[in-house]
Amino acid sequence: MALDRIEILIEKYFEGETSIAEEKELKNYFSSSNVAQHLEQYSAVFGYYKQAKNEQLATTIPLKSKKQSIVVWLSVAASVVVMLGVGFTFYKNNLNTEIQNVGKVDDPEIAFRETQKALDLVSKHLNKGIESVSYLNEFEQSKNKIFKIN
Amino acid sequence: MNQKEFMQLINPFKDKIFRLAKRLLVSTEEAEDATQEVLVKLWSKNDSLEQLKSVEAMAMTMTKNYCLDQLKSKRAGNMTIVHSNYTDGSAGLQKRVEDNDAWRWVEKIINQLPEQQKLIVQMRDIEEMEFEEISKIMEMNEQAIRTALSRARKTIRENMTKTNNYGIG
Repeated sequence: MALDRIEILIEKYFEGETSIAEEKELKNYFSSSNVAQHLEQYSAVFGYYKQAKNEQLATTIPLKSKKQSIVVWLSVAASVVVMLGVGFTFYKNNLNTEIQNVGKVDDPEIAFRETQKALDLVSKHLNKGIESVSYLNEFEQSKNKIFKIN
Repeated sequence: MNQKEFMQLINPFKDKIFRLAKRLLVSTEEAEDATQEVLVKLWSKNDSLEQLKSVEAMAMTMTKNYCLDQLKSKRAGNMTIVHSNYTDGSAGLQKRVEDNDAWRWVEKIINQLPEQQKLIVQMRDIEEMEFEEISKIMEMNEQAIRTALSRARKTIRENMTKTNNYGIG
């Protein structure tokens, strides 16, 4: 490569007027073994530029995938279903035993009173059941708080 | 866009982002953190990415802004960036050692440049990007980029000549 061309290119280079192709030419010249002595001071700079481009990112990028958030939602839904299921079976079991203990009554008035008593009991337990369901609202609220970002 | 497609999209330029971040933040760890931060931010914009002309330019701009913010808050908090990655284990031939010394010196000189010039030198002289792209990322016109680049190159030359005259310190 002609030395005077390189000298012109260097001049242009320091004025910020070289093109990418010309800068590559300079880089190639300075990485070759026959650099003119008075230009050798630049070879470290161009050499550095060349090797600096090879540095690579060594870590991985922790991406939260969308599928994961679906899994989170599924687990929330599943836990709600399990809780409802467990609550309902307990509630039903209690009801069954109460009904068996009531026995048989012939007098309609007593039967009416007994029925009322039984229904009272049912409503009492139902209210109790509903009370514990209201905890679910609390759950819903904090769930909304946590997942607000989505 | 799923995760795999996103990785394919960023693969060609994730190292470039890292190098740009490292040019500004100097420390490798901080640069890694910054790269992760930028790419995760980019991933969260997932849906709007397809409308972008150049995701790479967008990522480079985000990196530039993020790192400058980082530096600003560091300075405000009166903290210094701790970095200790000036060592290189692979010292074989004598020539290579000398080169590495000289390179390290060049790196030091570049690190002393103003941030704007550092960014421009990084993108032009190392990443070999066109002035048009650089001007978009820097939000400056091309002539201003050329002027800043010329100034930076001359500063580097001056400092290199100084060290050549006095011997590498």
